[in-house]
Amino acid sequence: MSTLSALFMRDMRLAIRVGGGAWMGVLFFLIVVTLMPFAIGPELALLRRIGPAILWLGALLASLLTLDRLFAADQEDGSLDLILMGRTPLQLAIIAKALAHWLTSGLPLVLAAPVLGIFLNIDARAMAVVALTLLAGTPALTFLGLIGAALVVTLRRGGLLVPVLILPLTIPVLIFGVAASNAALAGPVPFGTPFTILCALSLASFVIGPVAAAAAFRHAE
Amino acid sequence: MNLGEHADFIVGAYAAAAIIIACLILWVWLDYRAQTRILAELEARGMTRRSDRANSPSP
Amino acid sequence: MTEGRRLHDTITPPNKAAMPRSGLANPSRFLAIVEPVLPWLAAATALAFALGLNQALGAPDDYQQGATVKIMFLHVPSAWLGMFCWALMSVAALGTLVWRHPLADVAGKTAAPIGAAFTLICLVTGSLWGRPTWGTYWVWDARLTSVLVLFLMYLGVIALWRTVEDPSRAARAAAVLTLVGAVNLPIIKFSVDWWNTLHQPASVFRLEGPAIHPAILTPLIVMAITFTLLFVTLHLAAMRNEILRRRVRTLMLMQAQTAGET
Repeated sequence: MSTLSALFMRDMRLAIRVGGGAWMGVLFFLIVVTLMPFAIGPELALLRRIGPAILWLGALLASLLTLDRLFAADQEDGSLDLILMGRTPLQLAIIAKALAHWLTSGLPLVLAAPVLGIFLNIDARAMAVVALTLLAGTPALTFLGLIGAALVVTLRRGGLLVPVLILPLTIPVLIFGVAASNAALAGPVPFGTPFTILCALSLASFVIGPVAAAAAFRHAE
Repeated sequence: MNLGEHADFIVGAYAAAAIIIACLILWVWLDYRAQTRILAELEARGMTRRSDRANSPSP
Repeated sequence: MTEGRRLHDTITPPNKAAMPRSGLANPSRFLAIVEPVLPWLAAATALAFALGLNQALGAPDDYQQGATVKIMFLHVPSAWLGMFCWALMSVAALGTLVWRHPLADVAGKTAAPIGAAFTLICLVTGSLWGRPTWGTYWVWDARLTSVLVLFLMYLGVIALWRTVEDPSRAARAAAVLTLVGAVNLPIIKFSVDWWNTLHQPASVFRLEGPAIHPAILTPLIVMAITFTLLFVTLHLAAMRNEILRRRVRTLMLMQAQTAGET
């Protein structure tokens, strides 16, 4: 167990000290939210109506783009090989890394969402609801995303391959995240239904993601 | 045969399917010809598989 | 030197006793079995097409949609084949990862473009069916949207095959992705269905049309069988091509190696 916590603390420290990851993600989130009105138009009523959707899309794209720092740095300096050769089960090691990654990349997005909601004329209650759904849903985005990060870890020119592979898998999370937000704000569907499904998706991804990523690493030899 | 007022769409759908299927068949066929041609070239140059040289050809 | 021997092993293991005995596991045996069968399969497919098209074009008009129901004979079977193909790729993926079957990755790699093509047929015919029926070239109904996502996943797997340089690594990565996709596809289907009913509570945007009665069912089944025969023929032929391609690769590498040694 101490190996896992050591790995977790190492990743946390690296993310916080080296920095860039969390802020870059939030910055991208801000830019995407800023871009939307240029495309959609500045009409506030419309922006408020689709505000939750815009925030969710921005968070989705931002969390995808921060994924490359999950395994790439370790792969480059050889620590990934050490993890693979270690006695700790690979799936658990991946969970530890993914958890650290979510805390330092995903959670900032959740915290930034209400602030960005100001630009979309979203009221306080809506901000809280969207933030709650993001809190429940961004772990799923991280844990599904790490599958893509694991598959392409050895590629030099992965490019857009990770988003291309992972985005279709994140569609259910997006559907239920936005549906839960809108349900709390407008109805008629009760908030509980899509929200519990969203939580279930996150829980399922805690299993699917590390298992698939471990398989990708193991069989790459 | 009367295809009704929307005949264009019906014809279009069947034509699109035919084109896509034709592309598939073409791809498989051209790939086969390319690979066999390269293998024949390599064979002519004396490169053969070890199993072809070591064993008698399988029937 | 050991590097070269390892490459040969993918096709011609030096120890004859190590060569798989079961008919279809050994690539050479596979070719020996499949190559004579292919022309017959192709003929059967052509025959099935003749029969199917005859049935489809002779089918009676639907009382609601008129003759455009004839498009359904392409749209529905291609959807079935698109899904069947991913199921087949999933079995192949298990073969690669779990049972280490030598031909499993060949089966998976060659199935992907064929499955993508069938999914594309489904999307295009669905679009052309929607235009006269519902007025627009695209509707975000549950089935079309799910098929679109499936199409995107096919393209993703194909992209992965083409981007990872090392073939065995690509095979395993694609296998993992295929299985992840297989697990997620029911979740995606459920989510899209839910999303669709959420946004269209009243109207029934179903491109299946009314209940299927026998005069429509028979051509549908025949076309489904036809498409399946087409898939099997194309898939086996593509597997044959891929085996030949790997032989070429091995020989080229051998050639480069001996050239380097002299």
